[in-house]
Amino acid sequence: FNEVLEAISDSPYYTNNPETACLFAPSFDVLNQNNVRTKALGKLYSLLQWWNDGANHLIFNMLPGELPNYKTTLEVDTGKAMIAGGGFSTWTYRRGFDVSIPVYNPFLENAYLQPKSNLESRKWLLVSAQVGLHSEYKEVMFEVAASEKRFLIMDKCTEGKNWDFKKRCQGTVEYTYPDILQDSKFCMVLRSAHLGHTALSDALRTGCIPVIVADGYVLPFSEVLDWKRAAVVIREENLKDVVEVLKSYSMERIYQMRRQARFFWENYFHSIKAITETTLQIINDRVFPYVAKKYEEWNEIPNPKAVWNPMFLPLIPPSSQGFTAVVLTFNRPESLFQVISKLSLVQSLSKIVVIWNNQAKPPPPMTAWPLIPKPLKIIQTQKNKLSNRFFPYHEIQTECILAIDDDITMLTSDELEFGYQVWREFPDRLVGFPSRVHLYGNESNKFKYESEWKNNISMVLTGAAFHHKYYSYLYTYNMPGHIRQWVDDNMNCEDIAMNFLISNVTGKGPIKVTPRKKFKCPECTNSEMLSSDTLHMVERSECVNNFVRAYRSMPLKGVEFRADPVLYKDDVPNVVKMYTEVGSL
Amino acid sequence: MQAKKRYLFVVILAVLLFIVYFGSKSDRKHGEVTLSLQKREFPTYMESEAVDLSSPRRRRESVTSDFKSGKCRMDTCFDFSRCVRGFKVYVYPVLERVSESYSKIISTIQESKYYTTNPDEACIFILSIDTLDRDILSVNYAKNIMPKIAHLGALWNNGRNHIVFNLFSGTWPDYSEVLDFDTGEAIMARASISESRFRPNFDISLPLVGSTLPPKGGERGYMYTSINNIPPLRHYLLGFKGKRYLTGVGSETRNSLYHMHNGDDIVLLTTCRHGKFWQKKAKELNDTRCDIDNREFDRYDYKKLLYNATFCLVPRGRRLGSFRFLEALQAGCIPVLLSNGWELPFGEVIDWKKAAVWADERLLFQVPSIVHGLSQPEIFAMRQQTQFLWEAYFSSMDKIINTVLEIVKDRVKSYFSRNSVHWNNFPGALSLLPEYSDVLHTYPSFYRQFAYKSDNQFTAVVYATSPVLLSSAPLFRLIRTVAKSTFVQKIVVIWNCDTPPPPSYQWPADLGIPILVKTKILRSVSARFYPYEEIETDAVFNLDEDSLLTTDELNFAFKVWKEFPERIVGYPARNHFWDEAKNAWSYTSKWLNEYSMVLTSGAIYNRYYNFLYFNTLRPAAYHIVERLQNCEDILMNFIVSDVTKLPPIKVTHRKVSKETMLPGKAVTDPNYYQTRFKQRQGCVASLTEIFGYMPLVRSRSRMDPVLWKDPVSNLRKKYRQLEVI
Repeated sequence: FNEVLEAISDSPYYTNNPETACLFAPSFDVLNQNNVRTKALGKLYSLLQWWNDGANHLIFNMLPGELPNYKTTLEVDTGKAMIAGGGFSTWTYRRGFDVSIPVYNPFLENAYLQPKSNLESRKWLLVSAQVGLHSEYKEVMFEVAASEKRFLIMDKCTEGKNWDFKKRCQGTVEYTYPDILQDSKFCMVLRSAHLGHTALSDALRTGCIPVIVADGYVLPFSEVLDWKRAAVVIREENLKDVVEVLKSYSMERIYQMRRQARFFWENYFHSIKAITETTLQIINDRVFPYVAKKYEEWNEIPNPKAVWNPMFLPLIPPSSQGFTAVVLTFNRPESLFQVISKLSLVQSLSKIVVIWNNQAKPPPPMTAWPLIPKPLKIIQTQKNKLSNRFFPYHEIQTECILAIDDDITMLTSDELEFGYQVWREFPDRLVGFPSRVHLYGNESNKFKYESEWKNNISMVLTGAAFHHKYYSYLYTYNMPGHIRQWVDDNMNCEDIAMNFLISNVTGKGPIKVTPRKKFKCPECTNSEMLSSDTLHMVERSECVNNFVRAYRSMPLKGVEFRADPVLYKDDVPNVVKMYTEVGSL
Repeated sequence: MQAKKRYLFVVILAVLLFIVYFGSKSDRKHGEVTLSLQKREFPTYMESEAVDLSSPRRRRESVTSDFKSGKCRMDTCFDFSRCVRGFKVYVYPVLERVSESYSKIISTIQESKYYTTNPDEACIFILSIDTLDRDILSVNYAKNIMPKIAHLGALWNNGRNHIVFNLFSGTWPDYSEVLDFDTGEAIMARASISESRFRPNFDISLPLVGSTLPPKGGERGYMYTSINNIPPLRHYLLGFKGKRYLTGVGSETRNSLYHMHNGDDIVLLTTCRHGKFWQKKAKELNDTRCDIDNREFDRYDYKKLLYNATFCLVPRGRRLGSFRFLEALQAGCIPVLLSNGWELPFGEVIDWKKAAVWADERLLFQVPSIVHGLSQPEIFAMRQQTQFLWEAYFSSMDKIINTVLEIVKDRVKSYFSRNSVHWNNFPGALSLLPEYSDVLHTYPSFYRQFAYKSDNQFTAVVYATSPVLLSSAPLFRLIRTVAKSTFVQKIVVIWNCDTPPPPSYQWPADLGIPILVKTKILRSVSARFYPYEEIETDAVFNLDEDSLLTTDELNFAFKVWKEFPERIVGYPARNHFWDEAKNAWSYTSKWLNEYSMVLTSGAIYNRYYNFLYFNTLRPAAYHIVERLQNCEDILMNFIVSDVTKLPPIKVTHRKVSKETMLPGKAVTDPNYYQTRFKQRQGCVASLTEIFGYMPLVRSRSRMDPVLWKDPVSNLRKKYRQLEVI
């Protein structure tokens, strides 16, 4: 009980000022009702200064009831106090008020267990190691065990006066407890005098999946823990079918439940302190439900490879919204104007936002800009940063953003329009035109960035790519590591960073639209390009390797396809085709 | 009365236990007693194993007899033995007029795959007496309900294994939750139920629904046709529009809403105008706000407010539940609940924390700061969750009722039941049959979430209907082509032909993979989708014997499928269109810029869909295919799109006409193809009716290899067979 009090005073919720307290914990030890004179205690409680008929009080009790009938809740007048009790039944448990806690096993506090892998095979299917079980249960179990030799039933060892808690026997064969549990897939947790039993904790600890047979038992912390993931609950009447039920579980499921059982043990059961903290957390979550820990935080074993897509709903954004073209420019008005004029012809374009990244030179006067039938907005930035391209400006009102460089004049309206339609079908991906791929160099143990003529792609360049505005938000506020800073400092690789970001949160590859095009200046001579190109590729490879370090993994995903219009290159007349100007170099 | 009963029970229990105690003491060793003396030696709080003295069987019996009606649990009020032979639902013969809503409930159950007309094999019983509205002032109030129930006879069995539906209970002025008839041990599926009256894991809390709720399909979530953007804030922060009761049960909360209304970002509108004498009542109560409230109330349109508010207040009405709840859910307006003690709809399985905000009626003025405290990504996620929940469980009567049935079924078959992840993640529990697998990551929609890497292999299922005469027969040619793929694990031939298959020595040999010929099959076009145990890979490649595909085409399709494991990936595509003349959806095979189906004569998809095809919640759809022996591929497309809400994926293939006419397929009747085509058009219409909506979704894109038809050397290309036409 001291440990409970210690845990409370160590917890972030503790205060020594009763005036500011939300919750009071009386310092009477009632963990076991057997040690308590119930009537006297009820009186004692009412003498507490802040008692107020128990309102806002929390009482810890692991073993309620006493001989002969073992009530399932503490038989003390606790008024309006909350009870953190072990062994509630569904009739005594006040849902959303009491907290069901496990029964801690102090005998095994210092027990040492051989560490075991979750995937190791276990000799027994099911063991029962509880002592003092009722003969009716035993009869049924022996009957079941008669036809299943991997079902081990043990009881306390008969020789010697003092029975040793760490010994269990089946006939004359002696086993060590709880080590034997580590050798079984499932462990029986039968109802005994109390509904709650230490066998549950012991099973969780040893990664032995508990088979709980106790009708009406409110499982520990069941308000937040999903026991279907870690335990099998069998109705007492069906005890005879236990082996049949257990055998129907797949190996995969058994591994999962085993991991889950151990996860529960390690996080919520392993000590009095953990139990107390979990209880306080549950109460805290009730008082402040809007900041409560989520189901996943309670139950999901953290897996760095698992993906929780923030756009989990398969929405196909209505085409009426259109897209906003965001053009990042520094000092190239001629080609910028050309891009703007071209863009304005795209049917689904809703607005053009020009990010003027040049602080030295203001944008040309409005009269100089091309006259277009769509809204045009110019945003003067404070600082010449590449990240500005992905800032979620409130001027961008559509979900879809087309990030486009100020020199991409070679894309046709059909191609852009089709690109937008493809994005609508895959709004959680990056959908773009020029593609790149990363390769793993086995010798260098490094990733290499490749551009040309590959059969697969893992990135599309954001010089011309559609993405959801949500990713601009993530890019600006939620990117791991210091990638954003790094990109701004080095003035490079913002597009690679975006590819990493999206693939990381979705687990999906990008989508390349329509065939390859010649993208950069066709008139440049080849020899000049070559050297700067190699340098460029080295830098880009560096970026990839940097980002892999920041993410601690390689989130990019390669795919071998691109999206074309349904009738592209099909042998039908052009009039039938919706997008004809696609794919010319 | 209650107290007396309780007292009696305690006495009986005590006597019983005494008997048991002394009875067991005599024939037992006194081991337990010495033990209880020794336990004092243990230094900790815990004594050693306490001794169980009462017989579990007798305890169960006494529990079962004591915990009845108000204290019912599945263990005490439900006969599990009725469900051993399966989960079947029986509906009593309908003898009298029932309300529109109740007849929707009955017809949903009658169309369900769990429906049975034989009460002897039923696990669950549904009344044909309309119990939905027990407000005596209501037009739908069914009179004389007690004698009717008494009339049900032995099957009623004091309500055991019955589900009784109820939306309204009690009436003015106290709106009591106590029903005006004895429901005995029946599971109550009720709206507006309070936590204190709710029997956990026994009763089911329903949402409050209006009679306008359609039987099937239902309105789409508003976000599907609007915008899902960041910042996820709409014009108003918080909105509400509804009645105000001035006085009586549940009136305090709504009466104080006006304090928060600021006409700017918080718009909370109430009106006193309801009932005939509202003005008189307002005067009596000296309520001077009515006029001001009514004026504000009329300034705003309810629907507009709903669609333009980020959060919607759902304060309790006379009863705990309110229509506002589902309306807000549909609108993607995150509900802010002000209804202390309300047991939320389907709260046993739905994690409402992900889609709604709980506020406390007593702390009304905290609401603005609570909603301000949520981050943009949180709101973004919650709003999507409202839409998911709306479409998965609430948008139509059949979803609500199927959800009720699945919740009860999960309790009955608890070893193979869904956990919270099934229920609270897209596509939702009604699309995730727990009999398929006991691990979540085997469902295609969860691959990424659980970092599951699907098998790098597929099983080819070849559907054969014609006798094989030559070793160059199309079937054998196809098998050789398939076997060349590096990804094929096994070929399963579905032999649906009157002549027996050729002897094993004639089949292509040395392929390096097993070929399995299934002759004992379902004689139906559906046989190609049968979930054979031998299909061990995640991917199934369904093929016709005369498919003229190349190995490259197969390989490429498989690679594309790996990126879209929840969809059907195939070659020839079809579309659906709205036929104005027939006023129904129809089917076309024209080459169009869009498609919504791919034919399964060459398609790869997850094997889960085979399972779903044969265990669908809509048996009527399956019966259409069986009757026509046609449209099986259309149904498959319907099933998959119904789960994914997405179109299939079409991949490149060479357009070649089938050069050989197979002997078995040679059809003499010139009208044959036309009839079949007409049937298929009809199928689209009738399947839409059965599904209650048009699940197919169109796509405009086709997936081609990255370098397909690019002006580079073929040597650089991976899928060269695709380049030649």
